[in-house]
Amino acid sequence: MAEKPLAADGLSPQQLLDLYRKMVIIRRADQEALNLQRQGELGLWGQFLGQEATQVGATVAMESTDWIVPSYREFGMAMCRGIDPGEMLGYFRGLTHGPWDPRRYRFLPFTISVATQVPHAVGFAMGCRLEGSREVVLCVFGDGATSEGDWHEAMNFAGVFQAPVVFLCQNNQWAISVPLRRQTAGSIAERAQGYGFAGVRIDGNDVLAVFSAVRSAADRARRGEGPSLIEAVTYRMGAHTSADDPTRYRLDSDLAPWSSRDPIETYAAWLRSQALLDEGQADSIDAEAEGMAEAMRGKLRRLPLPSPAASLFDRVYHDPPASFLKEREEFEATLEPVE
Amino acid sequence: MSAVTLGKAITQGLRDALAADAKVLVFGEDVGRLGGVFRITDGLQRDFGEDRVFDTPLAESAIIGIAVGLALRGFRAVPEIQFDGFIYPAFEQIVSHVAKYENRSGLPLPITIRVPFGGNIGAIEHHSESPEAYFAHTAGLKVVAPARPSDAYGLLRTAIAGDDPVIFFEPKARYYLKEEMDLPVPPLPLGRARVAREGTAVTVVAYGPMVETALRAAEAAAEEGTSVEVIDLRSLAPLDVETLVTSVRKTHRAVVVHEAPVFCGFGAEVAARLSHDAFDSLEAPVIRLGGLNVPYPPSRFEKLYLPDADRILQAVDESVAYG
Repeated sequence: MAEKPLAADGLSPQQLLDLYRKMVIIRRADQEALNLQRQGELGLWGQFLGQEATQVGATVAMESTDWIVPSYREFGMAMCRGIDPGEMLGYFRGLTHGPWDPRRYRFLPFTISVATQVPHAVGFAMGCRLEGSREVVLCVFGDGATSEGDWHEAMNFAGVFQAPVVFLCQNNQWAISVPLRRQTAGSIAERAQGYGFAGVRIDGNDVLAVFSAVRSAADRARRGEGPSLIEAVTYRMGAHTSADDPTRYRLDSDLAPWSSRDPIETYAAWLRSQALLDEGQADSIDAEAEGMAEAMRGKLRRLPLPSPAASLFDRVYHDPPASFLKEREEFEATLEPVE
Repeated sequence: MSAVTLGKAITQGLRDALAADAKVLVFGEDVGRLGGVFRITDGLQRDFGEDRVFDTPLAESAIIGIAVGLALRGFRAVPEIQFDGFIYPAFEQIVSHVAKYENRSGLPLPITIRVPFGGNIGAIEHHSESPEAYFAHTAGLKVVAPARPSDAYGLLRTAIAGDDPVIFFEPKARYYLKEEMDLPVPPLPLGRARVAREGTAVTVVAYGPMVETALRAAEAAAEEGTSVEVIDLRSLAPLDVETLVTSVRKTHRAVVVHEAPVFCGFGAEVAARLSHDAFDSLEAPVIRLGGLNVPYPPSRFEKLYLPDADRILQAVDESVAYG
């Protein structure tokens, strides 16, 4: 990112600095979560190291009334939406399948089964359009998701129904151990043409490029011009998850070119070149990130183990059958009383 | 009172649901202009518009996937899967999301998935299946299979008005079955079986298309002097065990019949429940009747595959003769 990014126009110095701040903070959260997993505090952690520009740029580009439909690696996006990171980690600690209220944050639950959230986003967006709402849906998935049938079906529906949805592919070039070339022989972005809408391939490590592309696509959707597909090319610098060992399929030399394109370092260099970031501000943001990490760690460790009967039974049905409630009672009766 | 077919009762149920709540949406393959391949949605697009009754691309997984999204947005989604044998592409959406999304999000998920099911219509492959056990097995789903027009109407209205997902199996071979009634009938709570015919010697448990067959068998048995009670489950999940047990405490014998293959079929659940909850009352093992453990056959053989009144009578005789 040597030259001045095109999208800087229109963002105030404060907003430009805030993009940096958010990237630093979510990277610190990512590192802290990995540490917590190594310490046995989390069952699993899926790093998003290297994808901060895509996650921050896209989230900030959406209006606060818009909706985000994530897969499972969008922890940074959820933080940008104001969801408490410590509470979110309850998901990876095995305490709950849904640690936040999706309506409050306009951020739907993480979806583990790959690409299955894409039709949800389209249906949700179709609903927005039916209501005449100006709300837009940002749907996020990885490169692996584009191989799934649900992805294709959802793209097709979105085109047919002119759904106000922005499809954002975080092409981090790996689906666990399988590289992009084994995922598709063609272009992800260009597939949009086949569905009757625009597709664009952008530098996913350039936060301003991401912001600009997502903002334009959301504006188009808001104007009733239908869906768009954005392929943000980035790189998964870490493992697939804490349960993965990338040394079995990836060389250090694969990483090297991407290390030099680190989204935070390159953006910081540009901000400095524009006199938008000084050492004092950088230190202050680092300190804020450190404070966030400490608070997140503390919150996670204080998360109570919810009541087993309530956790297992109370959100299965809104109108639970009598036989189901009886089963709940029987289950509760088998539990040791809490000391 | 007038004679209403099961198909028309469902059409009226959809129509009344669309009229009652502007959030109700009906969609699927060919449900709009054509009115559905069985004409169940006939006239609905004309009367409620293309926004509320619409054709979708031919993609079952997305049909159910967008239903999830629409429901999360606050709509009451009533997707149709055109035939039983085409529900499998949507299996992941149903099992991983329709059944689990409330649990994950705490949000209501008002989705009623209509599925014409069962055989006996002389169809080609994939058009005659009975996949209900897959869904009854899945926690988070409610599964119903009405047998007569009034129940179809009442259950449909309850399903659409409720906040939980329901798989609504329609016995397609019985779409023309008539009942004297005045619509609308009151919504019918899910999870309540009915005694379709009272009897004293054997209980025959059925649902969907097999209820009519069981009633015919009971009629024939009566002529031979055997009093058969027929239970129409109406709802598979939740299952009305109480009505089953009450009947078996009276008859001491039970036969459960469905079109799906016997092995791991829904009848296994009925048999197990009765064997546990009415063990002391039973004087014979619960007999399960169903399709053969083969893929649904070419239609020339379906009458050999499906239970009919004769096979039910044989099972009734076997039960009565036991011990």
